[in-house]
Parts: sequence; structure tokens; C-alpha cells
Amino acid sequence: MSAPRRVAVLKGGSSLERSVSLRSGAQVEDALQGLGHEVSGIDAGADLVERLIELGPDAVFIALHGAQGEDGTVQSLMEALRLPYTGSPPAACARGTDKVLAKQLMREAGIPTPEFSSLRQSAVRDLGAGAAVPTIERRLGFPLVVKPARGGSALGVKFASSSSELPGAMVGAFSYDGTVLIERHVRGRDLAVSVLAAGGPHERARALPVVEAVPREEGFYDYESRYGIGMTTFVCPAELPSEITHRAQELAVEVFELLGCHGFARIDLMVDHETAELWVLEANVVPGMTETSLLPQAADADGISFDELVGLMLESAFTRERAPAAG
Amino acid sequence: MERSGTPGGRGTRPTAHELARYEALFASRTRGMKSSAMREMMALTEQPDVISLAGGLPDTSTFPPELYERLMGEVSHETARALQYGPTEGMAATAACVAQVMAAEGTAIDPADVIVTTGGQQVIDLVCKTLIDPGDVIVAEAPTYPGAIPSFSAYQADVVQIEMDADGMPIDALEETLDELAREGRQPKFIYTIPNFQNPGGVTMSLPRRRRLVEVARERELLVLEDNPYGMLRYEGEPLPTLYSLDAAAVGQGSASDLVIYLGTFSKILSPGLRLGWAVAPRPVLEKLNLCKQGTDLCASPVTQMFVASYFADEGAWLRHVENLRDLYRERRNVMVASLAEHFGSSAAWTHPEGGLFVWATLDERIDTTDLLALARTERVAFVPGRAAYMDGRSGASSMRLNFAGIPEPDIREGIARIGRAISRQLGLLGSLTGTAPAAGAAGQTGEPPVREDAEGLADVVELPRRKDAGRGRRTQDR
Repeated sequence: MSAPRRVAVLKGGSSLERSVSLRSGAQVEDALQGLGHEVSGIDAGADLVERLIELGPDAVFIALHGAQGEDGTVQSLMEALRLPYTGSPPAACARGTDKVLAKQLMREAGIPTPEFSSLRQSAVRDLGAGAAVPTIERRLGFPLVVKPARGGSALGVKFASSSSELPGAMVGAFSYDGTVLIERHVRGRDLAVSVLAAGGPHERARALPVVEAVPREEGFYDYESRYGIGMTTFVCPAELPSEITHRAQELAVEVFELLGCHGFARIDLMVDHETAELWVLEANVVPGMTETSLLPQAADADGISFDELVGLMLESAFTRERAPAAG
Repeated sequence: MERSGTPGGRGTRPTAHELARYEALFASRTRGMKSSAMREMMALTEQPDVISLAGGLPDTSTFPPELYERLMGEVSHETARALQYGPTEGMAATAACVAQVMAAEGTAIDPADVIVTTGGQQVIDLVCKTLIDPGDVIVAEAPTYPGAIPSFSAYQADVVQIEMDADGMPIDALEETLDELAREGRQPKFIYTIPNFQNPGGVTMSLPRRRRLVEVARERELLVLEDNPYGMLRYEGEPLPTLYSLDAAAVGQGSASDLVIYLGTFSKILSPGLRLGWAVAPRPVLEKLNLCKQGTDLCASPVTQMFVASYFADEGAWLRHVENLRDLYRERRNVMVASLAEHFGSSAAWTHPEGGLFVWATLDERIDTTDLLALARTERVAFVPGRAAYMDGRSGASSMRLNFAGIPEPDIREGIARIGRAISRQLGLLGSLTGTAPAAGAAGQTGEPPVREDAEGLADVVELPRRKDAGRGRRTQDR
């Protein structure tokens, strides 16, 4: 076990995922205490920097979800304060959080991701982008999934099964973000592959066993089913042909490296019901650590207890090649 | 790695495996009890600079502090009783107050038929506990009281919702649903209705429908749970008889109702902080409610029951307070309805409640008010998205519940203006996306108010807005 350290756990904040983050944070705090560290939980608010300076922790464990926790805002702040922090650096956070950017990068790198288009609210408002919608429909076909470009939860995510449903779905997604992603819907099974790379900059990232999320109710895998206890059954390791398992793990590591992630991340994929093709949907740079979160389940299936996992995640704060002092 | 308990910590931390073990322990009823994204968003709006039209709150600021002090002083003269357990059915003095309030609403009851509960909410829970086995059917209005849904879900009821119109629940639709259920060999355990100024719909069940509902209940031997928290808060029009009194009259002169369970509360005419409500029920049901209440909390608080008894000792005073509340809320309702006409534009419609606490507004069907709430956060305003009033969590997506009673008039105006701005932004985008000019709502100010001022005209213009796909007697399985 590593030496006891003073660790600040950042949680809460004011994003739409505040309550998920508070739950993640509480679990992480318990685990860190169990590992013998000196832990201070901080609900991220206006006094965050003040409290961090006062506390002078050895490391900051980021359990903040939603905009500021995942898009690089807090990570940049930690670099400015020269505080070691868990997980991915600001640029990887920005790439992972913006689903459109992540998909563009995947497409360029030849990683399979469902066909998509994106529209900005400003383009709709100022450039008449609404007129592009029929072209998008023709190219992608229905059903479509519409998502806010940023936001880790399923808030604002809707299906559109026809032209008449698309504008409403887009307006809904625009309530959360200035950019919407319009994506071809893959009918299939939901997979999540967590990747761990806490050993240091030269140790290759390693994929954990695949988790399959099976919604209890038919229909959309929505916010409730994603975070509520008992709404989804998780199967880990997922019952898949071994070549699909391996391919999913390989893709997850590729995406992890493509985006420049550090320490850990969770990559969400779909396996097509009919063709058995794998499609990468998105990356989550600050995976949930609640009772039902997928990363802890995957780690567990790999023989890594929750405490050990949190310990490994904490190590990622110390194995980063530090950004130049001027950063 | 060691996973034993850690001194100073909260004991051992669960691994995913252990959590899975707990999940296996959770009662199946908890699966239907959802925490929702909407609720989480609502929690975020509980900030001082947010104008919240989301609460179900009455205004308690007008209750005179010196009166509170005097009543508590009177309670303190009998501390031994006040600090002791009380009878499960409630204190006799409280039941007498219940009789007094119900008499003021034109309903005669026998105080021996009363059970005093910890808030009206407890009646819903106890009635479910008494009557509902998993899979049993409850018929409710659509939309229905959002606070009833956790109780219905906890007892694993199969709730069938019947879409309302301006006159409340259409009884022909109810009968069709009952027939359909009967063909499946099923009969609802009870019909849940809020006949006066429905929460959240804001509509009132008409007298013919009340009569017909009681007839249907009698014909088919069905229990009705009449939830009437707001009956005394009527701002216009003539009071209508309670279902309880109509059923009692059908039983015979001077009798009690034998099919209606009446739910009342002191929350809206006095204070929700007292946590005192009541049920009036047929004796056999009353006995079971009593047994169930013993298991839940033994008795309602004697401290607050004695407070209530002191308060109602002066009949003129409590009626005056209710009259003051009516004046206050009537004005606030008027302000809200006027603000809606000014800011919500022509594509929206809303109810014009004759009483109660809420207006139900329905927007362009392409707008999802759960998403709108996310946008409203940036405008620092909150409301209850319509989905909260439907068991399936999906219907009612274009509607919202707005509270006017607990909010000062300037905040009502400003709050509605803020929601109006969020709607305008969405309508503007919709217009751009569909190539149509932004709907009038984007301008908002010039839209013809969709609600006529004369009360007689109301019935035909104030349709309780419906979704196009809303079938009558929509069935939703809550599991």
C-alpha cells in the first residue's frame, strides 16, 4: 500500500449531475479513508481554490461529473495550482467530453463510430442551418439519436423516429448545450469497457472486463435507468463471443490513447444486433463511482476491489509527466 | 487488500459484488420507486436567487406570530398530555375540529368515523397499505398528484390514468376503462380523485360528473378516495358538494358514506408544518387504516393536535384566516393568469383554476418541459415538469405545474416572464429548424389571451390541454 497522503476529493458542484457526483465522492472518500489516507471532501463551489490552498493536499481526487469536472476546467485549474490530480489532462478531457469532437477524431483515426452530423445553435439561429436538416436525415436515415454534444448523463438525449420528431428532439438537446449531435441509432447491446493505466507513462493501458447494461424496461436507456439502483441489470463480464470481447477491449484502449487519456476512462460501445459490428459511442474521462457504476463493477470482475481501484486511481495523480511549469 | 472495518471511517466499503448482494435484498417494490433526473434538477433549483413556482406550498407568512405564541402557550398548560402518546385514531378534540371544517364545506360527518393522520399524504399511503396487493389496479386522473406516485409505486399498484378535461375526469371514459378492466377480470381497488382544483390540473369536477361518479361507484361497488386538500380555498363560483356527502345522501338520510374515503388536511387552511390530516372512512376500512397506522407511527403528534384544538376553539378566527388566504391567493392567481397571457404566447394553453394552488400550462407539443427546466435554470426559475404527474414518466411532457399560492405577486410576474423567455428561445429555434416563422410565443406580448375573463365562458375555452396521442384510459404498468 502506498504511503498515507492528504487527499482532497472534489465532488458535487452545480452541474446537472451533482447528485451522482456527491454519491461518487462519498464512496471514494470512504475508500481512501480505508486505505489510510487523510481525506477532505470538498463540494466544489466559489471557495474551491481558497480551500485547496488552505488545505495544501498531496493530491486531488476528481469525482466531479458534468461540465466543469469533465471538460478540463477543473483539471486546468489543478495544473495552474500545481496540484497533482487524478485522471486525464485538460486536452483529453476536452476531447472526451465533447462527443462531436471525440467522434470526429475517431472517424479520422478509422475507429468505427456511428455516422453522425452536428449542428450548432448559432448556425441554426444565424446561418439558416435548419435547412440542412433534410440533407442530414437523408444521409443518416431514421431512427436517429439526438444528444447534447456535452453532458455525461442521458439528460436531453432523445430518439427521433421520423422527420416530425427531429426538431423537438434537437430543441430539447439545445437546452443543455450549444451543439447537438445527431447520430444514426445502432440497435444492439450496450457495452462499457473501462480502461486502467495507472502504472505510469510507459505502462500500456489495459482494458477491464466488458460490462453489458441490460435495461429492465424495454425502451430507451435513459437517465433514470442509468443511475437508479435496480433499473438496469449489469452483466460483467458480458456474455459475448470472445472475439467480440477482445475487439471491444482493443477499441477501448485505442480510443483511450487516441484521446490522450491518463489513468482511467470508460468507453461506451454498442454491438449491432444484426451484424455484430462494434461501434464506439463515447468516452467518459471521469467515470461514475457510485454503487451501480460500471468502472467499479468491471474492476471487481477483474479481482480489483473498490478500495484497490480507488488506490490505483489515486496513483494516477503521481504518474503523470508533469506539464511544464509555465503551463 | 484488507477490507475490514476502519476506525473513524464508516466501516467497510462495499465492493460491486457486495452491492449486488444488497440489490438482491431490496424489496421488489423499491424497483418501481424511481429517483428521477427531474427531481435532481429540481434540487438544483433550490437556491436563493431562483424563483420557484415548483413548490406545493401555501403561504404561511400571513399567520399571526402572536396567535402562534398564544396557541403554543395554551398547549403548554397541558404538557403531560401534549408530550405523551395519543390514541392512534387521533384525539377526540381533533376529530371535532375535523367535523367543524367539513361542516364548513357542507359535509356532515360522525367524528367517530375520523382517523387523524400525519398529514394528508399519510392517508394515501395508509389507503394503499390497506387495500393494495402488488398488481392491483388504482384508477387515477391524468395528470395526477405527483406526490401520490411514490405511494402507488411502493405498493406496486397498476395505475390506470384517465385523461381529464375542463370538468375533471370524464365519467364515460372511466366507465369504458372499468368495462375494459372487467373484461380482463379485474376491478380497481379504488378510484383516486381530487375533485376540487385538482393538483396539478387546476380543474374542478362538475356536479353532474360528481353525481355520476357516485352512481358508478354504487353500481359497481367501488371505493373512491376523495382527496380534498383545497376545498375551502375557492376564489370564485359556487362550492360543489363533496363526493362523500353525495354518497352519504345516496345511502340514506343522516347516514355515513359507505364507499367514499375522504381525505382532508389542515395543511392548506392552517399549516403544513403541523403535519396533520385526516381520513373519514367506512368503519371496516377505518379499522384497517387504524391497524396500518399503528405499524407506521402509532399516532399523529399530540402537540400539534392540541395546537389545532386551541386554534379551532375560536370559530370566527379560523374562518377569517381562511377568508384572508382566499383573498391573497385569488389575487395571486389573477396575477399568474395575466402574466401567462402576457408571456407564454399563443401556442400555450393553461387552466383557470377556481381555487387551489396550481395552474397547469401546456406548451407546443414539441417542447419537452423537462428540457425546458434545464434552460429555465439559466433564467433562475423553476416549475414542475408535467411528466411528474404521469405514472409512466413520459406523458405530460409538454406541460408544467405552476404554483401561485406561495409566491409574492412580483415574483409570480418575474417568474412567468423568465419561463416565457426560455419558451421563446425554444420556439425561435423550432421555427428556424422547421423553416416556419417563430410562433407568436416568441413575441409573446401580442398574443390573444386564450382564456376569457367571464367565468361562464370558461368551460368551453379552458380545455385541459391534451396531448394528441393521449388515449382515454391510458394504461401504464408501473414496474
